[in-house]
Amino acid sequence: MATRRKPKLAVWKFASCDGCQLSLLDCEDELLAVTDQVEIANFAEASRAVVKGPYDLSLVEGSITTPHDAERIHQIRRTSKFLVTIGACATAGGIQALRNFKDVQDFTSLVYATPQYIQTLNKSTPIVDHVRVDFELHGCPVNKNQLIEVLSAFLNGRKPNTPAYTVCVECKRRGTVCVMVARGTPCLGPVTHAGCGAICPSYNRGCYGCYGPMETPNTGSLAAGWVRLGASESDLVRAFRGFNAYAEAFRRESEAHEDQNPQG
Amino acid sequence: MKTKTLKVDYLARVEGEGGLYVKMKGNAVVDVKLKIFEPPRFFEAFLRGRDFGEAPDITARICGICPVAYQMSAVHALENALGVRVDGQLRALRRLLYCGEWIESHTLHVYMLHAPDFLGYPDAIQMAKDHREAVQRGLRLKKAGNEIVSVVGGREIHPVNVRVGGFYKTPSRRELEPLAEKLKWGRDAALETVRWVSRFPFPEFEPDYLFVALRHPEEYPFNEGRLVSGRGLDISVDHYEEYFVEEHVQHSNALHSTLKEQGAYFVGPLARYNLNFDRLSPLAQEAAREAGLGPACRNPFQSIIVRSIEILYACDEALRIIDHYEPPDTPAVEIQPRAATGCACTEAPRGILYHRYRISDQGLILEAKIVPPTSQNQKTIEQDLWNFIPKYLHLPQEKLVWQCEQAIRNYDPCISCATHFLKVEVDRE
Repeated sequence: MATRRKPKLAVWKFASCDGCQLSLLDCEDELLAVTDQVEIANFAEASRAVVKGPYDLSLVEGSITTPHDAERIHQIRRTSKFLVTIGACATAGGIQALRNFKDVQDFTSLVYATPQYIQTLNKSTPIVDHVRVDFELHGCPVNKNQLIEVLSAFLNGRKPNTPAYTVCVECKRRGTVCVMVARGTPCLGPVTHAGCGAICPSYNRGCYGCYGPMETPNTGSLAAGWVRLGASESDLVRAFRGFNAYAEAFRRESEAHEDQNPQG
Repeated sequence: MKTKTLKVDYLARVEGEGGLYVKMKGNAVVDVKLKIFEPPRFFEAFLRGRDFGEAPDITARICGICPVAYQMSAVHALENALGVRVDGQLRALRRLLYCGEWIESHTLHVYMLHAPDFLGYPDAIQMAKDHREAVQRGLRLKKAGNEIVSVVGGREIHPVNVRVGGFYKTPSRRELEPLAEKLKWGRDAALETVRWVSRFPFPEFEPDYLFVALRHPEEYPFNEGRLVSGRGLDISVDHYEEYFVEEHVQHSNALHSTLKEQGAYFVGPLARYNLNFDRLSPLAQEAAREAGLGPACRNPFQSIIVRSIEILYACDEALRIIDHYEPPDTPAVEIQPRAATGCACTEAPRGILYHRYRISDQGLILEAKIVPPTSQNQKTIEQDLWNFIPKYLHLPQEKLVWQCEQAIRNYDPCISCATHFLKVEVDRE
């Protein structure tokens, strides 16, 4: 692609922990090479310089949780050629979407002495519920190699190569013995989107689903497998209600088990 | 009289969303508000009803820059509740993991967030055009810290290997050996960092701060110790809530913390250094002296030197731990849940991080309280600006605003943590 000027990259933050945008600064070996190729036009965590839009690529971290942010995301969409969401907050509402299952007013009064000072929406929602999104990169946090792949793909006008299979495939590829079969440890790997490289099973624990559901997960079948290993209904509610609680497949599965166990 | 406003709508090079509003009448500052508009995320609320074993994974998500700190405070608070003590090599491994986070987080701040202020660049990328070697050294040093977190914790951000009672898996000696090679380079690079930042220009500014930090009988503090201040406080962490209070102010989504009857206090590298200089390794003490610092340092702008000394200490300490490491027999101490309450304080890169949990006999969390370092520093940051601005009124507006931003960045504020903040506005009347 022959361009005269460097493409403009913007990084935006909504409700989040900053970890996904930090992944870009954590590319210690690649960072200076990346900035030789793109202009960091708006990235508050890294720079006080702000270059006006439009931007060639916007990376969006975080979920929509305030009336102001619900407006701000539309302005960002209007000034962005491509908009890519990074991480579980931006793609699924994040851990703060646990409020979606409760009354947010109760939450505010638990944390803050003067709840009327706090402006917040009832639900924490992913970016795609508000504007058109060109690509969603999963993970809590995103994998930095995948982030570089997405940057490079969009800047070169091709589709990112980020496999859609499950964590199970990644375990097989790295030669990790199945923790569920061999040790009887409940694992969300069979329904979870690949990308992390199957870290948890290699550390002798079950996957806890931080990359969210893969495209066509059979969560019901996996839940039955968990029950055979001794998991209770409330264990299942908590397992599916984690960092991607509001992703459709995980939300439905957690609600199915909550019905049988009103205490959750 | 003329009113003037200094406004920074969106503070850059801090973690999270905040701004600053300063109003002046003539040469007098009449209002300073550090505004935190980072959206609230309600962690304390949704921890209720979760299993105690989930606390380290969930609270890590409060902050992507210092997840290890949240994990360490969570596991120590729960172990305090359950009457469990984690000792020996497991304790040493936790210290090693924390060294990794201090190196990674401090190096990020020193090289990418704070140094550009001293050298007059908007960011480290622009700074790299003239100081490429320094920026490359910073990136490599940061990577060395991240590699410790990766090996011991499973990944750099939101590590997966920490659990109540210890770890899921402990590393072999062979897995730690490659880290030692990188840390030996890191120790030299950290020494070079101390020398580099000690030559920066520092404004004269030395308020009489009330420093608060942990203090341990033998070690520079990470996970254990008594809470001490520069004015005689010396308490066990169990009494934290009897001495420290949080208040909710209208302009901030983060709670302000104060020490009863004494007001604003200061936590973080400068506080640790002033209260624990004698616990630093001989190499770190020598580097401090060479940089012109004594055992006391009250200039918040020189926190960049102190942070660099802590990077050096963390490299030194990590090497000592790796050198003495023998894999423990079991990766974790066995835990039986019971109805109990427990608390703990650990030294996050930005200062003391307090957690308290009440759990049921089934091990479900009934109540959680989390007090992050940045909310404890908020009031002190505002006080600094009240004192600092009148001395620099002769500066043009743009320069004064930048100086205010720099004064805030002295604290490496983590706004994502504090809401559980930075825009600058200065109003001149």
